[in-house]
Amino acid sequence: MRRAWPIAALLLGPCALLIVLRDALPGWAVTPPASWRVPFIEWINAVVEFLRKTPLVADFTFRDGTRAVAGWIEWPLDLLEGILISGFADGAVPSLPWTMIVGLAAVWGWYLRGWRLSLLAGGCVLYLALFGKWKLSMITLSAVLVAAPVAGAIGLGLGILAVKWRGFERILWPLLNVMQSLPHFSYLIPVAVFIGVSHKAGTIATILFAMPPMARLTILGLRGVSPEIVEAGLMAGCTRLQMLRKVEIPAARPTIMVGVNQVIMQCLAMVVIASFIGAKGLGHDLLFRLQSLRIGQALEIGVAIVFMAVTLDRLSQALAAKEPEHLREGAWWRAHPFLGSAAAVVAVTALASFITPYASVLPRELTLTTAPFWDGIVDWVTVNLFDPLNFFRDALLLNVLIPMRTGYQAVPWLAVAVLVGSIGWRLGRARIALPVLGFLAFVMLSGFWARSQITAYMVSFAVLVCAGVGLPLGIWASKHEWRAKLVQLLCDTFQTFPSFIYLIPVIMLFKVGDVAAISAIVIYASIPAIRYTTIGLRSVPHHIIEAATTSGCTPRQILWKVRMPLAFPEIMLGVNQTIMFALFMVIIAAFIGTRDLGQEIFRALTFNDAGKGLVVGLCVAFIGLTADRLITEWAAVRKRELGIG
Amino acid sequence: MEPKISCRGVWKIFGPHPERFFHTHGGAPGPDAFAGSGYIPAVRDATIDVFPGEILVIMGLSGSGKSTLVRCLSRLIEPTGGEILFDGRDLLKATPKEMIELRRHKMGMVFQHFALLPHRTVLHNVAFPLEVQGVARADRLRRAMEVVELVGLKGRESYYPRELSGGQQQRVGIARSLAVEPDVWFLDEPFSALDPLIRREMQDEFLRLQNLLHKTIVFITHDFDEAIRLADRIAIMNEGVIVQIGAAAELVTRPANDYVAEFTREVPRDRLLTVADVMAAGADPDAGAAPVEANAPIHDVARRVLRAEAPLRVVDENGVTQGAISRADVVDALFEDRSGRE
Ligand SMILES: Nc1ncnc2c1ncn2[C@@H]1O[C@H](COP(=O)(O)OP(=O)(O)OP(=O)(O)O)[C@@H](O)[C@H]1O
Ligand SMILES: [Mg+2]
Repeated sequence: MRRAWPIAALLLGPCALLIVLRDALPGWAVTPPASWRVPFIEWINAVVEFLRKTPLVADFTFRDGTRAVAGWIEWPLDLLEGILISGFADGAVPSLPWTMIVGLAAVWGWYLRGWRLSLLAGGCVLYLALFGKWKLSMITLSAVLVAAPVAGAIGLGLGILAVKWRGFERILWPLLNVMQSLPHFSYLIPVAVFIGVSHKAGTIATILFAMPPMARLTILGLRGVSPEIVEAGLMAGCTRLQMLRKVEIPAARPTIMVGVNQVIMQCLAMVVIASFIGAKGLGHDLLFRLQSLRIGQALEIGVAIVFMAVTLDRLSQALAAKEPEHLREGAWWRAHPFLGSAAAVVAVTALASFITPYASVLPRELTLTTAPFWDGIVDWVTVNLFDPLNFFRDALLLNVLIPMRTGYQAVPWLAVAVLVGSIGWRLGRARIALPVLGFLAFVMLSGFWARSQITAYMVSFAVLVCAGVGLPLGIWASKHEWRAKLVQLLCDTFQTFPSFIYLIPVIMLFKVGDVAAISAIVIYASIPAIRYTTIGLRSVPHHIIEAATTSGCTPRQILWKVRMPLAFPEIMLGVNQTIMFALFMVIIAAFIGTRDLGQEIFRALTFNDAGKGLVVGLCVAFIGLTADRLITEWAAVRKRELGIG
Repeated sequence: MEPKISCRGVWKIFGPHPERFFHTHGGAPGPDAFAGSGYIPAVRDATIDVFPGEILVIMGLSGSGKSTLVRCLSRLIEPTGGEILFDGRDLLKATPKEMIELRRHKMGMVFQHFALLPHRTVLHNVAFPLEVQGVARADRLRRAMEVVELVGLKGRESYYPRELSGGQQQRVGIARSLAVEPDVWFLDEPFSALDPLIRREMQDEFLRLQNLLHKTIVFITHDFDEAIRLADRIAIMNEGVIVQIGAAAELVTRPANDYVAEFTREVPRDRLLTVADVMAAGADPDAGAAPVEANAPIHDVARRVLRAEAPLRVVDENGVTQGAISRADVVDALFEDRSGRE
């Protein structure tokens, strides 16, 4: 351990020296001069203009093409909306009764996992109906049900191509890395430019955003198929196509289904945010209420979104984990009990809808609302907590945040480059150092250095707080099996909530500004910190702990001298995830008035400035990828040294 | 007899550019060439014939190249050098299409970890090779059902692999490889992942099937007891080289080197060796005492030979004298003489 100090000094020393000598440095070494700016934005916009205006084939422009493609998506959207809410031919053919959808959700939950999931799924869907969110949620659901299969199919196709052609994978993989770190808003702007502002545009943006995890997991799944199974396929005499269809894809199903789950959840998260470019449904309503500061109603919609997220997540996870089972003997309904019950549900609810319209569409006057209750809470908070909250906010701003921001803005870019470069070099020579310096160079030359520093300050403050919350909670949770399980369940659940939801409570407490934004980030980004700490501490091999106990360690010594050091690489991976989450949130938080990169993207969205939106988005992505590269590499090196993983 | 598979000077080298490495060393790189080169010689200059209807067992320690050799024979792995004749035809010249045909009709393979398709029932796993060939659904399911019955899994045909025990899963693997009635049957450590008791049961099952089917078999194991029970001939591999090929008794009585001797050390020699393996052939002692049979295990006759004053006469099943067996022969056979090989 003693040898760690000279290395740390070597890594941090030059950077610290540059910060101290800031005033002696030439100006260009502190803030990148304006003349260095590379006109990335103008270049991209030139391409965008070309694609918008210049006819490529006959008098068809690229934009005409994208609009035509977008037109196709209206088809399934209309179909699903017809089935779920609006019916067809002006109501001559009715939509499915709400009772049927509730019943089918319950049967499906029962089939996939058992009565608990059945209650959860049925209950959540029932909530949507009873609390008057039926129409909005079914619009959102139909967008998800259209976007998810399309995104899944594209992702699957790309994944297969990548596995079959090495060259393609070499291009695709880094692209996926960038796409998965690009903020939501960066997807919205090009879609708005090329397709317009509408529900279908929102759906298309959702497809684009949700596709990368599917491609990634398809690649991982296909690569992970055991070589013996592939050989068994070859020995059976499979052609290449048969191999793919009958052997590789089915054998990779578990991993691919994890991808399906992720696609569905990403779709829901994005379709809420896509309301900025006209997606209808719950997200649109939420946005509207938030903008008019009707917090109570916003909360109610938030709860509906959360219930929908939990239902979709649990059902698709159960679907992923579902293993095939042999059929039971006997009559048809005995061999297929679930199909039988589904048929019964359909028959009974159809009959009921025939008898009473209440079973088909719940009339408005019968729905409940919780908005007054939430409004009451909001009022109470405003009246009773106004002073303490204000005091807290101002104190934090004046004493911590503003000094920290000033400090960050004072750091010369050269110092950052030296620090990042030397850590990268130490971890993996040019292999790591060059990419991270490349990321940094882009941020520096893009003309958004100052904004990036503000983003970096907000993210690092939030990450510090997250670590401060996550570590103790993780340590607490790791002490007992039941605590770990509980925390795991809570983390899983909170993580399924679309990130936009987290803005609602902070607006309620802090209105707008840096403190509100940072609070939202902290709530959202603490999840991985807690989760990885718990997992890391709990996965320390049992025999090592037994050895420590027999050597006479006290529980405290075991924690700090055995478990902590061994779990530390895993905890750092948690910190890495926390940074990623924080970056996503900090951009969304631009909605409540921050002054960093998020604000720039937000403005780009207002002005439909695709170039700017993309360049700022890449800045965010590259900040994240820099941290990601360094931390994952460090964790891998450290795990190898410790002989774990 | 014409060999079914004939493998002549086959090499398999793993590394960045194995072909180039192989040719720069004149097609026969020595052990020195590999040291520090980053290339791994998985199979070196292997020459072996597999005759129709025989069980050839390939043995060796972990990493000695058994799996690689067998995968070269089925061309799942492309050999770096040498030639392989299958029914007299050059296997390495077969086009991908011909290879698919060969594998669809002539070859079957059983894998160590079963390699069943998790999403298919037992019946559909077994029918899979037929499905791939395009056999009509009814026909292939009928044939699959026959094979499922043959391996004793009747009643389990609609189960999924994960609902079966290890032994049952390997029965499915065996059934699948037999569904197309292959001529040649490759088995790569089929029973290594099973418990000892189940393993014995599966060996019996395997012998029962072979008595019915008379396939040409290449069987990999690293368990010498298993090899003795099953093999007509055994090939022993060490670091990619086939060190010796022969019947079990031959390996025990005349090991080619220390490596083979080490393998055969723990063998119960009295049960493996027969009188014929150790007798002095051609000798014709007095016809005094009752003779012993040539194909009897030593274990059964040792007591009599050791008690007898003089060597005993050895006869074949027709009572014709073959030679004589003395006390010294029995003692030498049972207690391997290692004084000469230090
Ligand atoms: N794809 C590969 N790439 C590089 N080396 C390989 C590859 N496959 C096998 N080898 C090496 O070739 C040698 C022989 O491997 P092989 O699997 O044939 O051994 P084996 O006798 O079947 O061993 P086991 O009893 O463990 O199955 C080993 O040293 C192995 O590491
Ligand atoms: Mg092997």
